[in-house]
Order: sequence, then C-alpha cells, then structure tokens
Amino acid sequence: MSFRSYLQDHPRPLVWAWQLTERGLGMLRGRFEKMGLERSTRAVGWFEEPVKRSLFDCQMCGQCVLHYTGMTCPMTCPKQIRNGPCGGVRADGHCEVYPERDCVWVKAIERSALTPWKEEIRRLNPALDWRLEGEASWVTFATGRDQWAGDQASSTEQKKGN
Amino acid sequence: MTDLAQGAGTYRSPSKLARLLEAGHFPLAVEVSPPIGPNMPALQRQIELLRGYGDIYNVTDNQSARVHVSSLASCIALKQEGLEPVVQFTCRDRNRLGIQSDLLGASIFGITTVLALSGDHPVCGDHPHVKNVSDIDSINLVRMIRRMTDEQIFENGKKIPKIKPDFFVGAVANPFSPPFDFRPHRLAKKIEAGAQFIQTQLVFNVDRFREYMKRVVDMGLHERTAIMAGIGPVRSLRAAQYMATKVPGMEVPDSVIQSLEGLSDEDAEMAGLDLCCEVGEQVREIEGVRGLHIMAIGWPMAVPEIVKRLGLYPRPRLQD
Repeated sequence: MSFRSYLQDHPRPLVWAWQLTERGLGMLRGRFEKMGLERSTRAVGWFEEPVKRSLFDCQMCGQCVLHYTGMTCPMTCPKQIRNGPCGGVRADGHCEVYPERDCVWVKAIERSALTPWKEEIRRLNPALDWRLEGEASWVTFATGRDQWAGDQASSTEQKKGN
Repeated sequence: MTDLAQGAGTYRSPSKLARLLEAGHFPLAVEVSPPIGPNMPALQRQIELLRGYGDIYNVTDNQSARVHVSSLASCIALKQEGLEPVVQFTCRDRNRLGIQSDLLGASIFGITTVLALSGDHPVCGDHPHVKNVSDIDSINLVRMIRRMTDEQIFENGKKIPKIKPDFFVGAVANPFSPPFDFRPHRLAKKIEAGAQFIQTQLVFNVDRFREYMKRVVDMGLHERTAIMAGIGPVRSLRAAQYMATKVPGMEVPDSVIQSLEGLSDEDAEMAGLDLCCEVGEQVREIEGVRGLHIMAIGWPMAVPEIVKRLGLYPRPRLQD
C-alpha cells in the first residue's frame, strides 16, 4: 500500500488539514474577490497544486469536492464521474476500465464514513464548469465560484466582463 | 407517482410509457440493437420481428462502446414505422452541446422518451484508443433533460425559444454491482435529479434483486419513479461465459453457467429461454417492479416467444 492510500484510508490528518484550510480560505475570501480568479490562482496555486497532486492525485478540476467524497478525488475515475459509482464496478470492487485498480467511488464511499461529512456522499454534485480546469479550487471554493449550475453561466460571464 | 398523477386529466404526456404507467398498465420495453453497418434492411427486419411484442422500444447508443448506427437515427426509423422508441444517450460520446442538439432533434421527430446512462468506457469496446468524453455524468444528464422539459431552459440557463420540449426521462440502475449497500442511495440521487422511470441491468440473480428492491421499497423510492426490471435470454454456454466475464457490471451466477454446460446448441437455447421466463415470472411479482425490459442481446428472435410465454401478448392498446 502506498503512503497516499494509507493516508486516505486513515483520513483524520487530512480532515484536520482541510478544516484548517477551510477556515483560512474564509478569511481570504475578500482578498480573492478583489484580486480576481487568475491572480488569486497564481498566488495560491503554486502551493495547492503540488500538495493536492501528491496527496490525492488531484487533476486540478478547479471545483474540489474532496471533503464530500471521502478525501478521494472523483476526477481520478476514468469516467470522471461526479456522482458515482457507475454500474460497471467489478464483483471485487475494482474498476471496469482498469481491472487491477480499486474503483475510486467504492473507496470514496468507504472512506467518507471515516470523515465528519458522512452524509455528503449522497449529495448530488453538479456538472463541471470546464473553464475552471487548472484554476485553484481553494479560490473557487472561497469565492463560491465552484458552485456551477447552468443557470449561473451568464452571471459568471458578467463577472469576467467586469 | 406524483409527477404523473399531477398530470392526470389536464396534461397528457406525449410519451407512451408515461401514459401506460398513468393508466395502470405493466409496460414492456424491448431492446433494439441498431446495425453495425449502414444496413437499413437489417434494422427493418428487427422492426418487423419485434412489432407488437413491446409497448416501447429502447434503442441502444453505441452499445458496449462499439460503433453502431446512432440511436437517434434508428429511433426515427422506428417512429416512422409506428413503433414507440426510447432514445438512449450515454455520456461517453457527446458533450452537453451535442446531447442537447440531439435531444432537440429527437423532439422534432416526436421522440419523447429518453434514457440517460453513463455508458461503457471506450476501452471496453472496439475503439479503445478514443477519448472518453464524460463531460457530465448520467445523473446530471437526467437533471439537464428535466430542466429542458420543466423549465424550458438549456443547460446554460438560457430560455429555449418558442417551443418547449417534452421528455419523459429515465435512468438505469445496476443492483448487481458493488457497493451493494450504496446502490439504493445512488438510485435516490437519480430520482432526485428527476428520473421518472428506471430500467435495471439484466437480472439473473433474483435473490440479489429481491434484496435490492426491498431496500428501495423501504426507502419509498418505488413510489417516486417507475422501476422496470431487465430480463434477457442467454443463448449458449459461450454467451453466458462472455456476459459473466467480459460485460461490465453483469452478474451471471455460476448456477446459470452450470445449467448450460454439456447441452447441445438446441437444448441450450431452450434452457436459456426457460431461465429467462422463470426470472421474468419471479421479478414481476416483486414489490416495486412496475414493468419489464427485455434485452435479448444478440438474439432478438427469442423476444416473441418470451413475451408470449410470460402471458404478456398481446400488448394493451392505449385510447387516443
């Protein structure tokens, strides 16, 4: 077992780390809004990206749901399903695409029971806004920009215009 | 079903499935596999073979991630022949823009029953080297189609001009794929997203299905959507082994495989038919099952026999 999956299977330190981060991000919200998405991403992305890549194999979708999915990144699912698991999970709980790998969502469900956000695994995660790919999710989270639903498309366009 | 009950009297869904459910029937869906080449006669042969044996006809979308004639084009052919099609959309091959444009295309041809699914990954099919689109997942696809229908808006939140599309939206469920405890919750998510009917994976393990349905009923989900159980015949030992090992998310118990071992081709076909009818008889009695979906993969000739043996022929007529 790799260090990464060990940590994810025993997520308490990750939970603490996120709770701290969340608090910090709350304080930075105003500053992020003033700086705009691009500059804020440059300010925190250099740190967020390598940390989350090494801990979660983060794909930088820019709309992080890790704390809803048992600290397991749904973007590492070959179908990138935000509301899994799909119906192709093998009898042994492995992926339909990579028979040697565990299904990301099977892991997410197991691990979510070990976090304070147990119920959130049943939450309906919205579809992705692909414009945010590569942006720092810490910024999109703090500013609420990650809550994509089609009806907000025009309002974010407006923001960009400003 | 609250959605349907509300519509009674004042609103009439253009979807035959919706109207059958509303009228208290036990609808029967039959799967149609579009041909692999541009072979209209082959599609017409299937249409003639299956005509009258189902209420609605599910037309697969690049089934098993192998390239076929498109579901939409085949649905148009069915519609023109007087069969009521269910157009299927996977999230594998198109993004939101593409799916919406095909939905509008379906709508102008009067195709109003839609099934949303994730779809097998390309590596499971005959184009393993292509990009898997997965722009949205099946649950958000259901939500998108419902919002097009209910709110008359595109996925970007903008109004659909002039004419409102009117879709009856379904999703799939696989009770036979782990994690079994979570499967009813995922079904609940699909219902929350707006799935008005559900078609399940092929049932071979009736005990597992019964257990799943018990949980579904306990959660009250069967009252919020119409669940149609999937059944289908296996033609040979080889077909059963293939399904058991090569088809993602299919559970074929050892007992099924053993029952086909050592049989001649003809006897194996008979045993496959018997087994399918037996499963059909059992699942239709399970609480919460509102209809059946026959998927005779690679063996459409078996459908008339199955429907007759289940006592489901002839199909009810809806008064217009």
